[in-house]
Amino acid sequence: MRYSALNLFRQGLAGQTGWPQAWRSPEPRPSYDAVIVGGGGHGLAAAYYLAKVHGMRRVAILEKGWLGGGNTGRNTTIVRSNYFFPESSAIYDFALRLYEGLSQDLDYNIMLSQRGILMMAHTEHDMELMARSVNAMLINGIDVELLDAAQVRAEVPLLNFGANARYEIHGGFTQRRGGIARHDAVAWGYARGASGLGVDIIQGCEVTGFDIAGGRVTGVQTTRGAIGAGVVGLAAAGHSGVLAGLAGFKLPIQSYALQAMVSEPVKPVLDTVVMSSATGMYVSQSDKGELVFGAGLDLYPSYAQRGNLPVEQAVIAGMLEMFPAFRRLKLLRAWAGLVDVCWDYSPIIGPAPLEGMFLNCGWGTGGFKAIPAGGWMLAHLMATGQHHPISAPFDLSRFTTGRLIDEAAGAGIAH
Amino acid sequence: MKRLPTGGRIDRAAPRAFTWDGKALGGFKGDTLASALLANGIRIIGRSFKYHRPRGLYGAWSEEPNAIVDLAWKGEHDPNARSTLVDLQAGMAASGLNAWPSVAHDVYGLIDRFHRFIPAGFYYKTFKSPRWETFEGRIRQMAGLGTLRRSDDRRRYETRHAETDVLVVGAGPAGLAAARAAHAAGLRVILADDRAAWGGSLLWREGVIDDRAAADWVADTIAGLDGATLLPRTTVFGAYDHNAFGLLERRPSAADGWATERVWQVRARHVVLATGAIERPLVFPGNDRPGVMSAAAVLQYLREYGVLAGNRVVLVTNNDSAYETAHALIAAGARITIADARPELGAIARRAADHGIQVRANTVPVNTGGRHGLRWVDVAPRDNLAARERIPADVVAISGGWSPAVHLHSQAGGKLRWDAAEAAFLPEAARPGQHLAGAITGGTSLAEALEAGHHAGTVVASTFGRASAVLPPRAEPAAAPSPIAPLWFVPVPDQRQWIDFQNDVTLKDVALAARENYASVEHLKRYTTLGMANDQGKTSNVNGLAALAAFTGREIPEVGTTTFRPPFVPVSLGALAGMRHGRLYAPIRHLPSHADHLGNGAEMREYGGWLRPACYLRVGETVPQAIQREAASARQAAGLLDGSSLGKIEVQGADAAAFLNLLYYNELATLKPGRLRYCLLLRETGVVYDDGVVARLAPDRFLLSPSSSHTAGVLAMLRAWHQTEYPAMQVAFHDITAAWATYAISGPNARAILGRLATSIDISDAALPHMAIADGSIGGVPGRIARVSFTGERSYELSVPASHGAALWRHLLDLGARDGITLFGIEALSVLRAEKGFILIGTDTDGMTLPVDLGVTAPLRNKKVDFVGKRSLLTPDATRPDRRQFVGLLPADPRFVPAVGSHAIETADGKRRSIGWITTSCRSPALGRSIALGMIEAGRARIGETVELFHLGQTSRATITAPCHLDPAGERLHD
Amino acid sequence: MLLMPCPWCGPRDEPEFQFGGEPATRPIPAAEVSDQRWADYLYLRTNEKGFHRELWCHAGGCGQWFLVERDTVTHVIHRTLKPGEPA
Repeated sequence: MRYSALNLFRQGLAGQTGWPQAWRSPEPRPSYDAVIVGGGGHGLAAAYYLAKVHGMRRVAILEKGWLGGGNTGRNTTIVRSNYFFPESSAIYDFALRLYEGLSQDLDYNIMLSQRGILMMAHTEHDMELMARSVNAMLINGIDVELLDAAQVRAEVPLLNFGANARYEIHGGFTQRRGGIARHDAVAWGYARGASGLGVDIIQGCEVTGFDIAGGRVTGVQTTRGAIGAGVVGLAAAGHSGVLAGLAGFKLPIQSYALQAMVSEPVKPVLDTVVMSSATGMYVSQSDKGELVFGAGLDLYPSYAQRGNLPVEQAVIAGMLEMFPAFRRLKLLRAWAGLVDVCWDYSPIIGPAPLEGMFLNCGWGTGGFKAIPAGGWMLAHLMATGQHHPISAPFDLSRFTTGRLIDEAAGAGIAH
Repeated sequence: MKRLPTGGRIDRAAPRAFTWDGKALGGFKGDTLASALLANGIRIIGRSFKYHRPRGLYGAWSEEPNAIVDLAWKGEHDPNARSTLVDLQAGMAASGLNAWPSVAHDVYGLIDRFHRFIPAGFYYKTFKSPRWETFEGRIRQMAGLGTLRRSDDRRRYETRHAETDVLVVGAGPAGLAAARAAHAAGLRVILADDRAAWGGSLLWREGVIDDRAAADWVADTIAGLDGATLLPRTTVFGAYDHNAFGLLERRPSAADGWATERVWQVRARHVVLATGAIERPLVFPGNDRPGVMSAAAVLQYLREYGVLAGNRVVLVTNNDSAYETAHALIAAGARITIADARPELGAIARRAADHGIQVRANTVPVNTGGRHGLRWVDVAPRDNLAARERIPADVVAISGGWSPAVHLHSQAGGKLRWDAAEAAFLPEAARPGQHLAGAITGGTSLAEALEAGHHAGTVVASTFGRASAVLPPRAEPAAAPSPIAPLWFVPVPDQRQWIDFQNDVTLKDVALAARENYASVEHLKRYTTLGMANDQGKTSNVNGLAALAAFTGREIPEVGTTTFRPPFVPVSLGALAGMRHGRLYAPIRHLPSHADHLGNGAEMREYGGWLRPACYLRVGETVPQAIQREAASARQAAGLLDGSSLGKIEVQGADAAAFLNLLYYNELATLKPGRLRYCLLLRETGVVYDDGVVARLAPDRFLLSPSSSHTAGVLAMLRAWHQTEYPAMQVAFHDITAAWATYAISGPNARAILGRLATSIDISDAALPHMAIADGSIGGVPGRIARVSFTGERSYELSVPASHGAALWRHLLDLGARDGITLFGIEALSVLRAEKGFILIGTDTDGMTLPVDLGVTAPLRNKKVDFVGKRSLLTPDATRPDRRQFVGLLPADPRFVPAVGSHAIETADGKRRSIGWITTSCRSPALGRSIALGMIEAGRARIGETVELFHLGQTSRATITAPCHLDPAGERLHD
Repeated sequence: MLLMPCPWCGPRDEPEFQFGGEPATRPIPAAEVSDQRWADYLYLRTNEKGFHRELWCHAGGCGQWFLVERDTVTHVIHRTLKPGEPA
């Protein structure tokens, strides 16, 4: 049944009892043409595009827990494509453009709110580096604007322009097409779309091994039995390294916890996404009214999806330094996602060292905003065996050639 | 609802006036805002989030889902204050929120009429066309709870750290018994309880302990805990790795103002969780009407605050615990009817009936009514719901059983198991270092709680090899209770039954989620927002799970439970940040001559964590004018620069030279004592991490000068390589940056000025040529002079102990006055070094820059040892001919200074492509024109070519040159 | 928040320490190592879920590096070893 106000009204008269399942929960079949490991945004999107764009019908997604339960359901919901290198701009803006049509495409309101993102600069040096980035983005065709301090103030009056501010605000830049989207809805919308196209979404199904014959992957072993596979796509974020280990190879990845937090809801006080280079924090206000915020990675590798008080305190202090008025708001929930991080903080998309297997991992902290593109690229690889032009620079081989795509370095950060 | 003339722990001699929605009301010292509102007959305290249904008090403490209010007092404000947690103070102004004009008469209540069209997740199905933002603004205005005031919060927040043998969480009977036993064994004890008074449930439940009234036992026990850290009004809000806990203490301030909030980080060798349990509501039609309250809360308001919540009370329960409320209400003069959902009357029910209380077995509520609060409740036999009977009531006190407060256990990684007999999730087993006592382990009598607490305390003591010196406290054993009979909801199809009061999640919403296959408990929670309100699901969680289990044909354990996440109660962000704000957020380092700089008119800015003079402003001068003047003077006469923030790391040891040669890009083994060499330090990836001058003071002693912002990083890198890769090498490092003040005097007159300085150091060119260093005394104190130049002019760098820095600074100014010495700041230095084409790390370089990009290739070709980063300089990408290379640029228009961050672009097929960018640009006073430095693809091969520059849509042109714009032969160094 | 037993200083709070990565054997002589081998040394890590050997530095204390055996799921620290201490 189509999702519409009219159908909501009709169902309202019928007690909302006529809605079908948003997605099926089938038993796994003995084999599929394509098996995707990981039922998060990237895996669900890949399955959807495999079915929709490439016409594949025998597709399964294997999800260890519940769909959308990894980073897709744990991130701070920011979408943007303000990247320095043309390679990054290309993939993230491809994602943003798909996001812009996604509610219509999926017939599911993902609540894309293009309220703009604003990155602040705190010194003249910051402004110079920001100009470098902004110019790079403009050349890459991204919609960004460099702002002076007065313009920043006009955009976000609650920011700390006080005399006691530790970090003076010299200016910033904005990408107006950036914003937030409802993370769960992205997963659910893709799941509903994929399921409707015949994709089997198997939840509670953990992959425990891979069947390999003649140097090629032929199937997966799972907690729900063996499943044959023509091709296998890995889209398991923080657990990519574990899956690679099962398949017999290593990845240049480390898994870290990334914490996120929400405050109690309040009436609208913040109409854009604000980020600060000095404190590393980012914050937006959800449609429900909660402040949703976070900052950098935890400082050591972890597979524990839980918060850590000193990190939370540092993140909060950073936010309050930007927004002193938020001091009296209360922290409602804190949690952590599990992100897989490459040295250059760019993703790995491409063939795995095992024939018939394809990778979509290493998104670090940037996975949510890339979901449609990550899915699209993985689907393209699984269906054709070849890179899409946009994904080619993100191939695993870049670590050997040294041709890294290091956004932090591009933004002037030495490490 | 009324205040009784006696009873409770309020001080009737201390009235406290406050306002509610502008109306003047009165309460007493010892009231919470909630109890005072109840005593004043205020029924509607809030509106629900979605439907704007009127809401009254349900609970009495942190579980309260409804009574969130706007609170203003003494110039400060809390947009979402939980009235049950607010100690009433005179002059408080509270008002309802999320309603207009008031919570009592909210026009948005109209929304409720359309509830059937806006079920759970309705927004996912609509508001798509043309786009979400078309509707979003309106919806955002409707959402949110309180309104944040846009002024700064001036309240004080504090942070404490503590380490203890045992942290006891909860000072009810179990917690007190545990603390008492551990304390008597000589352990260090921290006892934390979120209430202001000690005793937990003993504050409102009757009992006799060790032959005394419970209150006396509590007082005696607390009095006996001398030396223990007692933290009342303290909520343990989070459990973290390795028995670390976050505590929020609300300290009454001296001025009787807003409590000072203090966050404790406690590391406990052991923790005793005696956190008790939270009463669950019953789910039945109309159960959200103001007047439907937790049975335990009704008892708390009566016993603690002397407030009788209702005169005609219908008590609905499925377990024994609520009967104490019935007896207490009768004693206070209320009329009461008990509806017990269990099929037969148990012992406690029969006792109530014997007391003349009307008790009906097998009876459940099926509806409630009343416009602005409860007037009646319909009840019916559980097996014949059509046989309704209406009972007038102003309060329905409900008890659906108890959910143990397992939050901290779960946060710490503890597992839960469903206990069907208790109808509750219980901790499966204690975590290491964790002990559980009291109601957190399920329904316990007072005697059992005391025993379990004492046992936990003695077990903890035994791990320290201690025995407790006290006997266990005793209470009369209670008769075995009749078992609970779960009543998860009442199967009446049409009417709404609330599970999450604040977020308006009803039974139908759970059914819809199940129907649409949002069948995982996490999907349910996210799809319906069940448990996501700021009561964090304390009352709704288990009821939601049970409903989902029923609708999906599963048992509750199959459905599982959601993860409990910190904090247990919302904690103000200010308290979590503590003192870390303003300057203390990231302290800035100050120079030894800071005061002199201010006196000299310095414009101070932060560079790499140090506050340094950007320039020195003269009267009527702008910053750019000052920069040009300073740079020109340093070239024409002499300039004085404070370089004290430049890093100084001493490296000593027999292997110092060999070690540094492995670390640095440049050859250091051949550096002679008394000489300096400019060096690059690479990461193992080949990227230039830092640059600086390395001095060899003696054969086994070096002095490094890392960039100000990289000093700590360089030291860490030296340590790491030494300890992990070359541990056998005899070498030691010491950061002496802060011990020295360093001043650079630069320019053609520098030599003449220094000639007047009283120093033992021979500064003749023969003794101290360019790139040499010597020790001696300067003005009577030990010092050092280095001949090194960041400006391209003849320069001397003088170092003395930091405490003598300011004096030397003044002295040099005096000495140089007649030679036109000019103070210059970082900005003029940047102009001077740009003229020379000297790089500034982090400005001209970034995380991609290799030494070959800077044109420094000799060490790679010639150096024999395998230094850090070498192999990375040989990869395909590192040897690409089209890498970006460091070059100079001369703008076509000599008056136009292209912005730093401008890109050089190529246009092919109408598409622009960046081929690099400008890293430094300025007007050069020496050349009388604009100059720039930048990184350009294959730049060295392009010298002489013109490129197009792009900045924010504007373009200009510039010619590529070598980086050095002035005196390429370096003759001025020796003038 | 970890309680890290520094082999020299005893148990200390996490903020005093700096994580230093998995120990990686530096291939030498570097000039003779293949691009692939060098890239593996620079970037490939076991990234174990569960038992994990890693280096830490007591940066805010004694400044010493040491080896830690830690579970990356439970964060239990099995033991810490001084450099060269037999494993």
